[in-house]
Amino acid sequence: MKARVVVTGLGVCAPNGISLLGFCESLKNGVSGIEFNPQLAELNFGCQVSGTPKIDTKILNKYFTKLELRGLKSSGLMYGVIAGVEAWKDADLYTDRTGEVDWETGVVFGTGILGVDKFREAIHLIDDKQTRRLGSTSVIQTMASGISAFLGGRFGLGNQVTTNSSACTTGTEGVLMAFDRISQGKAKRMLVGSCSDSGPYVWGGFDALRVLARNSNAFPEKASRPFSASATGFVPGSGAGALVIESLESALERKATIYAEVLGGAVNSGGQRNGGSMTAPNNKGVQRCITTALKEAGVSATEVDAINGHLTATSKDPVEIMNWSEALDRKGSDFPYINSFKGIFGHCLAASGSVECVGTLLQFKEGKIFGNINTEDIHPEISQIIAKSRIPHKTIELKPKIIAKASFGFGDVNACVIFKSYPD
Amino acid sequence: MEKQEYLEELKKIVQPYLPDDVLIEAMTANSHFINELNINSANLVDIVLDVEDTYDIVLENDDIEKMLTANDVIAIIESKKKL
Repeated sequence: MKARVVVTGLGVCAPNGISLLGFCESLKNGVSGIEFNPQLAELNFGCQVSGTPKIDTKILNKYFTKLELRGLKSSGLMYGVIAGVEAWKDADLYTDRTGEVDWETGVVFGTGILGVDKFREAIHLIDDKQTRRLGSTSVIQTMASGISAFLGGRFGLGNQVTTNSSACTTGTEGVLMAFDRISQGKAKRMLVGSCSDSGPYVWGGFDALRVLARNSNAFPEKASRPFSASATGFVPGSGAGALVIESLESALERKATIYAEVLGGAVNSGGQRNGGSMTAPNNKGVQRCITTALKEAGVSATEVDAINGHLTATSKDPVEIMNWSEALDRKGSDFPYINSFKGIFGHCLAASGSVECVGTLLQFKEGKIFGNINTEDIHPEISQIIAKSRIPHKTIELKPKIIAKASFGFGDVNACVIFKSYPD
Repeated sequence: MEKQEYLEELKKIVQPYLPDDVLIEAMTANSHFINELNINSANLVDIVLDVEDTYDIVLENDDIEKMLTANDVIAIIESKKKL
């Protein structure tokens, strides 16, 4: 028999809050975390706004030793450690660094690319024939699995310690990887999350692809507009989200606070066929991912109370709504409530799935569906499919039972996870 | 410079790399960096760079392999300074 799986800890380091409380308040009240980014302006980016976690030396000193901070330039690693440590504390598992190895607990902490600023420093030194001056942390700050290795070592975790990477589905995929491992009895508990670096070297390629918002540089808080007719592209973001996921048995045994149950989900790819490509989704693949997720979770489409979409604020938002509507066979005012947190903090790329899963799960705890911002002008192709009332402008009081969370990414990859309130 | 002065300066360089449970007061001129002070061998690379920056010298691979204690480091610095 498969073990039931629950979420017992959450942590974030997000553009709109680096504490769970601050993050939650921002989502509840629709307070934007997006700001003008002078560095992007200096570098002549089309998009000159971004969502970046506000951390400083004082905050870093709380999470890293002085030695760890020496030469630390990997922003993704900083965000990931902050989120991971916070989730671990939130789950009431925090101990000092001297504990025994915990063979039953592992880490899946994904990223798209790690430590680009450290890598840039290394490139300059190497090109100057100064390779010997790279120091001891160049590798661990720039290897993708640096973040899972760091967290695994911090907490003495002895089960699988790995880093997944699947573009913008990374965080949501990680939740399902951990779910599989625990439900199959291979681990009791997993620290799951994902992180993404800040800065022009991560975001430049997207600016070149002309998929970033480029006409709102003077209005940062208005720049990220999911669902909107005036959406022109996504606002680049960064940060990390982390979840502690464990077997229900283990959670009950240690009397942990349970945010929700993970019922299951699905990951797939559209195979870059039928209109799908490296950068666009095969609609059949997206719909199949959603319907398979529901089937795996044992939930019927009519039971879904709310959706947290991928919805990045590009021209693809209406297509995503169409896919949800087709997959669930629900439309108009029968469609579930749907939100996208990207209006508030932008698109955190590899970190988006985990940061948004944290926000999604907070809705169970709060008994609310968080409102969307910048949705005054719903795209007509969206309002033809679903009633505008299903896209709340303000946070609404509703105790959700079932929430579906999906993320989609470059490479035509999809992930959808189904969460359920616990207890019923 | 007197040996004692070097040692005090080297203690400042080495201190950040000591594990939490090793006190800098325990470091003598003969303490083995790895076996006695429990410094992570990867951090010897950083100590070498810090020594280079402090004394404005360049250490060769041969020098680095001989750097097991503060005494070794002092001898290498002295020999470089004489050049």
